Amino acid sequence: MLQGSWGFSFVSRMDVDQLILQRLPTTLVVIGSSQLLALAIALPVGIYAATKPYSIFDQIANTLAFIGFSLPTFFTGILLILLFSITLDWLPFVYRADIAETGWRFYWEHFKQMIMPVTVLGLFQAGSWTRYVRSAVLDVIRLDYVTTARSKGLAERVVIGKHVVRNALIPVVTLVALQMPAIFGGAIVTEQIFRVPGIGSLLISAMLANDTPVIMAVTFVFSILVVFCNLLADVIYGWLDPRISYR
Amino acid sequence: MAGSTHASPIDKPASSSGRKQGPGSEAWRRFRRHKLALVSAVILVLIALSVLLGPLIWTIPINDIDFSARLAGPSIKHPMGTDDLGQDLLARMLYGGRISLAVGLAAMVIAILVGVLVGAIAGMSRGWVDAFLMWLTDLFLSLPQLPLLLLIFYLFNDALKKWVGPETGVFILVVAVIGGLRWMPVARLVRAQFLSLREKEFVEAARALGASPTRQVLKHILPNAMGPVIVAATIDVAAAIIAESTLSFLGLGFPPDIPTWGRILFDAKDHLDIAPHWALFPGLMIFITVLTINYIGDGLRDAFDPRRVL
Repeated sequence: MLQGSWGFSFVSRMDVDQLILQRLPTTLVVIGSSQLLALAIALPVGIYAATKPYSIFDQIANTLAFIGFSLPTFFTGILLILLFSITLDWLPFVYRADIAETGWRFYWEHFKQMIMPVTVLGLFQAGSWTRYVRSAVLDVIRLDYVTTARSKGLAERVVIGKHVVRNALIPVVTLVALQMPAIFGGAIVTEQIFRVPGIGSLLISAMLANDTPVIMAVTFVFSILVVFCNLLADVIYGWLDPRISYR
Repeated sequence: MAGSTHASPIDKPASSSGRKQGPGSEAWRRFRRHKLALVSAVILVLIALSVLLGPLIWTIPINDIDFSARLAGPSIKHPMGTDDLGQDLLARMLYGGRISLAVGLAAMVIAILVGVLVGAIAGMSRGWVDAFLMWLTDLFLSLPQLPLLLLIFYLFNDALKKWVGPETGVFILVVAVIGGLRWMPVARLVRAQFLSLREKEFVEAARALGASPTRQVLKHILPNAMGPVIVAATIDVAAAIIAESTLSFLGLGFPPDIPTWGRILFDAKDHLDIAPHWALFPGLMIFITVLTINYIGDGLRDAFDPRRVL
């Protein structure tokens, strides 16, 4: 295992490491872009909701966030397929890695087929993260040093951006890192719904086919990814709060 | 510590009001203020009742195959339509709801029992026991759950099936695995509560009166630590229901003749274009159940939060 020899897949007659290397980039792209989408929604919404607590915007955002993380990913996936692929026929519902196009069309097709899986994963994460961001910002925004910054005459934008958010993000990073395993779980489901050829669907098909070497290798890769994300979180701590440093 | 003239803040609300008021009714009073949580509780009770009593009223068997009514949409005869074998979906939904809710509750009980036990032991003992248990908790927390769930399923499914039969085997496995992977937050919560509670005056008083550690824990510390645990338990039911449906949805949970909500969804997803109702009903039920449970959890959190004054 440690020597890099991960065995030979019983079913697809290939070396396991090749099989995984084929699939891994797709998974990473889908998970990565969905996380970016989730952050792009959760950060501004959470921060804005916390600056005006109990306003109408805050209540709407809260309700939507609740719905967002109560909707299981497989159900959102099916709803989106029903709406956009079957009723409206805008987007393809099967993810293909072998698109016979070149140039811009190639990227456009890729983009189109990624929209739905990424949205499903991203919205689910955005729901819970919005709540985290909101409560973290609410904890910080009442502190004395924020009042000091305001009374110095700093613009509200600077106060929020530089003083509040930077400190509020530390607990958020912890929670996001702790949630990484759940995200990979969600990715497995999403890959299964949209037939994304990533390592999640590889795991499922290997499991249904009793393909032990592949199962072992894929779980191993998932563990490595989780550990790596925790490491990343530690590095981000140091950047957010210079007092936390590892020397 | 606080001066000897003051009571600890925990028993203040009860003594300040004229009437004698238990902590339970106090929490209930606060819970009622959370309108959405109250509505959710009513809806959830309705779902639970219809799932429990429904099969007595709606007596079409779940495996009654009728090819003349294949993939039929909702009608008077089949209010939720039929699937690709002409089986009545309402009957299957009611049956599946029983299993989904039962799995959720049972997994929650396991998660809470293990969590409280680990948290209580870690909170009461100092030194290496505490350190070891927290290390174990962190270890479990960093495991990717779904892949592990799938792995355990793959490894032990056949053995258990041979041992106790397919239905109970899968039920035990699903409950044990989901419950066994969700106790960590509870353990941390309980430990944190214990660490602060065991230094409070009323526990010190109990200790001074000669209460044994077991009595201190059971009579004095644990009841005061239960609030957050109940909230976590509610959320855990929702998470367990989702986990079970996810497993079934991946085709790895219960066998096809036991229609849980996730399983129905899994069977339906290949016929989305011609029979959307088949997927919509189970998905909607999972969603509503999980949403109501989450709202109830939110309401309970408000009700049990001692910092909050309402």
